Amino acid sequence: MNETLLELKELVKHFPVRGGALIKRQVGAVHAVDGIDLTVGAGETVGLVGESGCGKSTTGRLAARLLEPTTGKVLYQGQDISHNSRRQLKPIRSEIQMIFQDPYSSLNPRHTVGTIIRGPMEVNDINPPGGRKKRVQELLEIVGLNPEHYNRFPHEFSGGQRQRIGIARALALDPKLIIADEPVSALDVSIQAQVVNLLQELQRDLGIAFLFIAHDLAIVRHFSQRVAVMYLGKIVEVGDRESIYERPRHPYTHALLSAVPEPDVSSEPRERIRLAGDVPSPINPPSGCRFRTRCWKAQDKCATEVPPLVRLSGNREGHLTACHFPEAPTTQGEDVVLDPALA
Amino acid sequence: MTTVSWSSEPGTSRGPGPFLSVRDLSVEFSTEDGIVHAVDNLSFDLEKGTTLGIVGESGSGKSVTNLAILGLHDPAHTKIGGEIWLEDQELISADRTTMEKLRGNRVAMIFQDPLTALSPFHTIGRQIGEVYRKHKGASKKEARDRAVEMLRRVGIPQPETRVDHYPHEFSGGMRQRAMIAMALVCDPDLLIADEPTTALDVTVQAQILDLLKELQQQFGTAIILITHDLGVVAGTADNVMVMYAGRAAERGTVREVLREPRHPYTWGLLSSMPRLNSSVDVPLMPVRGTPPSLLNPPSGCPFHPRCDYPKLAGPELCFNQRPSISPETGHGDACYLTLEQKRELRTAKTEDHA
Repeated sequence: MNETLLELKELVKHFPVRGGALIKRQVGAVHAVDGIDLTVGAGETVGLVGESGCGKSTTGRLAARLLEPTTGKVLYQGQDISHNSRRQLKPIRSEIQMIFQDPYSSLNPRHTVGTIIRGPMEVNDINPPGGRKKRVQELLEIVGLNPEHYNRFPHEFSGGQRQRIGIARALALDPKLIIADEPVSALDVSIQAQVVNLLQELQRDLGIAFLFIAHDLAIVRHFSQRVAVMYLGKIVEVGDRESIYERPRHPYTHALLSAVPEPDVSSEPRERIRLAGDVPSPINPPSGCRFRTRCWKAQDKCATEVPPLVRLSGNREGHLTACHFPEAPTTQGEDVVLDPALA
Repeated sequence: MTTVSWSSEPGTSRGPGPFLSVRDLSVEFSTEDGIVHAVDNLSFDLEKGTTLGIVGESGSGKSVTNLAILGLHDPAHTKIGGEIWLEDQELISADRTTMEKLRGNRVAMIFQDPLTALSPFHTIGRQIGEVYRKHKGASKKEARDRAVEMLRRVGIPQPETRVDHYPHEFSGGMRQRAMIAMALVCDPDLLIADEPTTALDVTVQAQILDLLKELQQQFGTAIILITHDLGVVAGTADNVMVMYAGRAAERGTVREVLREPRHPYTWGLLSSMPRLNSSVDVPLMPVRGTPPSLLNPPSGCPFHPRCDYPKLAGPELCFNQRPSISPETGHGDACYLTLEQKRELRTAKTEDHA
């Protein structure tokens, strides 16, 4: 890995919960992100997976500095931008762009495609050679849309095409890092593949780094060089693609992988783990290891000590796991069924 | 238990046949922009105790078909043709009272989003009990006991206290369990699950799919599972029907369709999905273009504008004539290519990919 582009250090984001009859006071906090460390190198694709409510979108928004961290640091090219003001952030904003999940709500219905894609250039007062219109048409061509569609409105496009418009907008300023928050989960299967291929081409041709946030493990595997698995505000396991998918050590990674429905009827039997219940509330997360309430290996130690995110013996360099009682590094383990309905 | 006959003689009076039989179903909506041909000439059968997975992208007519079975279309704007037989009863011509007696009782439905399908003003127990009281004439006490029993059956811990909770006090997976409890309260013969796990996380999705399978084994319910995910079908269903633009593109047992898919659209669906064990260096092979508008569906084979081989079966065949599914029983697909051609194309395709 070459130079580090983005570095998150012990990043914490708590959202206050207010209550009380007359005077609203803070009665608690949603521990959306609770101390995570993650780096994204230049030109690298890092996947962030986890279930809903695990804090992956918050992490993305913190990395883009759309949110201010409660504590901890966001470093962009070595520069601490954790608490920068809007004005200070402006030059950096053009280098970090976002692609959103919902291609319907992320495009202004009253603006033409041209205006939408030109927007970032206007805000940052950038005049590309040949004029903004020419650049927009180039961008439309890059993302596989007809440059003639410059004057059309978003409602004239299908979901997949709208997502392409969103991608063109993110590319308008030649960003170094794109944070893609579930960029394909709202699209149909056949369209998903088109958009994933497009993102991959862009990544290769333009050398843009990606923080790819998704809940679909197969797509993350296809897209990312390194993968971080999040659970309830913490990273439980991080490593290169092969380590996470072929030699996972954290029980939660095992459970996630075994739950992915695969369209194969003949492949060798995979390990089958059925967790009980749902993810606990991030307002009042479990003590110690946060996964212990659903883990089949949990012991007393898990309730008292927070497992550190470390390299376990037998793991490759860069493959870190936060677990006191890690699993064997294989996905051919024994079946574990914790679901009360199936017991 | 996986045998399903796909016989297709249209019957006016029926002897013993499949449990559910849909014959030449077509559904059209009149809208401001014109007539939407949502379902076009669709036939399928379902036996008791088996699961039929209906797979397709948004707008392929999978939900519309099932709303037609339940008689939930607005008659003012919908034209429904064909026949739907539930054992010896025809459902399209049935009147409102008959359908009301059927819904929730013999035929039940699980919706995609449990939060919008459950009423936020009533307790879970009351919503489950209401169905039971209406169809079985049970007292309040009996209905409540039944609700507790159902919650226990679907694996909700402490059902005696949970029965008095409101939907917002349940998590997503628990709500979906409560919905399943509600759908099963009258021991229905047919359960229609419309994307039952799409709104859920993978670990919870696995729980719910296992639960459905488990309950089916216990009670012999026939299930129609609507989904866009071939992976969900692979683990849950006995038979599959792949739908495209309101028509059946391919049908057969799960094993047949996933191992030896015949229709180019099914190939496209399978090759656009990344797998946990596929090579990551080759790009995905998506279906090009976008699904057609059903206001003005393409002539000939509805898939021909997106198909890679529209001229292989003849210069104009795919462009002008609608293929119907063949053979009539077993593993069949609606495509003019010969089996030989398909086999060759598929071998070439997999070799390309490897």
